[in-house]
Amino acid sequence: MVVRAADRAYRVSLPALLVTLALLVIAGLVSATRGAAGLPVGGVVSALLDAVPWVTVDSDLTTSQEAILWSIRLPRTALSMLVGAALGIAGAAYQGVFRNPLADPYLLGVSAGAGLGAVLALGFDLDLGFGPFSAVPAAAFTGALLAVSGSALIARGSFASTATLLLSGVAMAALFSAAQTYALQQLDETRAREALSWLFGQLTAHGWDEVLLLLPYVAVSSVVLCVYARHLDVLRLGDDEATALGLRPARVRLVVIAAATLVTAAAVSVSGLIAFVGLVVPHVVRMLTSHSYRVVLPLSGVLGGAFLSSVDVGARTLVAPAELPVGVLTAFVGAPFFAFVLWRRGGSR
Amino acid sequence: MRLRATDLRVRLRRTEVLHGIDLQLEAGEWLGVIGPNGAGKSTLLKALAGVLRHTGTLRVGSGPRATRIALMPQAPLLPEGMSVVEYVLLGRTVHLGWLRGETRRDRRIAAEVIGRLGLDELADRPVTSLSGGEAQRAVVARALAQQTRILLLDEPTSALDPGHQVEVLSLVDDLRRQDGISVIAAMHDLGSAARHADRLQLLAAGSTEAVGTPRQVLDPVVLSRVYRTPLDVHRLADELVVLPRRTTTTRRNTA
Repeated sequence: MVVRAADRAYRVSLPALLVTLALLVIAGLVSATRGAAGLPVGGVVSALLDAVPWVTVDSDLTTSQEAILWSIRLPRTALSMLVGAALGIAGAAYQGVFRNPLADPYLLGVSAGAGLGAVLALGFDLDLGFGPFSAVPAAAFTGALLAVSGSALIARGSFASTATLLLSGVAMAALFSAAQTYALQQLDETRAREALSWLFGQLTAHGWDEVLLLLPYVAVSSVVLCVYARHLDVLRLGDDEATALGLRPARVRLVVIAAATLVTAAAVSVSGLIAFVGLVVPHVVRMLTSHSYRVVLPLSGVLGGAFLSSVDVGARTLVAPAELPVGVLTAFVGAPFFAFVLWRRGGSR
Repeated sequence: MRLRATDLRVRLRRTEVLHGIDLQLEAGEWLGVIGPNGAGKSTLLKALAGVLRHTGTLRVGSGPRATRIALMPQAPLLPEGMSVVEYVLLGRTVHLGWLRGETRRDRRIAAEVIGRLGLDELADRPVTSLSGGEAQRAVVARALAQQTRILLLDEPTSALDPGHQVEVLSLVDDLRRQDGISVIAAMHDLGSAARHADRLQLLAAGSTEAVGTPRQVLDPVVLSRVYRTPLDVHRLADELVVLPRRTTTTRRNTA
């Protein structure tokens, strides 16, 4: 019995993996078929299979439906999944590294920095664009990295104390938020509305550009974070015990925070601020499976993708032909759920 | 000689808190570190385990410190939602590569240790649901899974009732005798320290006051001076018992 328990330890159970992958596939299909112009599920599945090398399937989709699927729906579905995965996995990583279940990807001033960058790009035509980055993503990305670097500098770059890092993040977030508010105040109504719309979060894909922009960050950061998941499990014992077990907590924190921040900044730069995904999804994974970061990190990525893709369907269809900012909808769904989780935790103590 | 520390000094926030401690430990020996609160017992153990930076020389063999020395902290953190077997497996951390997780061998070692400490039935239970004695056994199991030759115990029984105190200390003593592990234990209970330790090292204000066998170190005059209260040492059924001297308190009436 003990041997079997030891074999199961720290492993993603097959049923949990299959269920989350199934949710991702279902969410993807719903996202690809629902919208202003509905697409037949069978036709979409056939078209997707037809795109697989050496597989030929007649999709039954008309030329315009094919165009909608490949140029609008699938890029947006892929983008929502990538942003959801990025926020989910980054949220789990932050919670692990700060040993705080309330930590989220926007900790350390990422959101305030990105917000200021985007407001400056949208309102004051700041253009930091380079390569595949257009002006807004580039400014948001730069702002996010500046804010996090500021937080790390205030904490003297040692990454030795989680409390110092958290407090320095609070200070930087306050500073960048104040600058963002001031910048917004200086804008005319049209530009201010445009900037606010970005701040509320939006998943507007212009073809596959945003997807291709985000993909390498999500891929690299996910690999790094999953490699470090084992170290996050050791960190749960506290720094002293982790050190006595041969770990170097400061180095682990540095790598994990760098990877989580980079993927968050990349996600924010293409989608704006989407709240609660990074906070709620890891909690759901913990409730349903395990508290081990070797399980929580990968499954938060998969479930984050499924969650944001589903919510985006709601954002596109609930008030059609208009569209709700997806960040508002994730907050509507996430906040009550999170309140419920906290209430349940409080009741169980 | 399994461990030799010479002139060990630790500074915390620019203040030196350990002032040149010399310490040595033989194979299979139990060294009890005693002293009043703030004497530097935990600091010494943390320095030996590599948790705190120190100056001076420490000879403990080659390789990472965690392959030589395991630390059982005074108040171990028991993470929420972590099972006993997962907790014990963390003891294998130092033996794993950066990219490699636990092998079948690591899992077998954890299972063996769990069986040895009688935690079989609790293997799948969350560590947070264990009683004080069970939790302390899980912590010992994690330290044993580390497979080191030296075990550092920081106040291992401070949160336990007398029954569980005896159980945990006897368990460590048995393991020491069976496996030849050397033990350094910081202890407040001078009677327990005298019972289990081969030698005692008495610390006061970050310096060594006395080292030797329990009979040599547990001197009422030295203890009374270090603990700043009159203490008597009695011999009861061939065991040493340290008790505060009964005194009559006289109040000076300043009115």
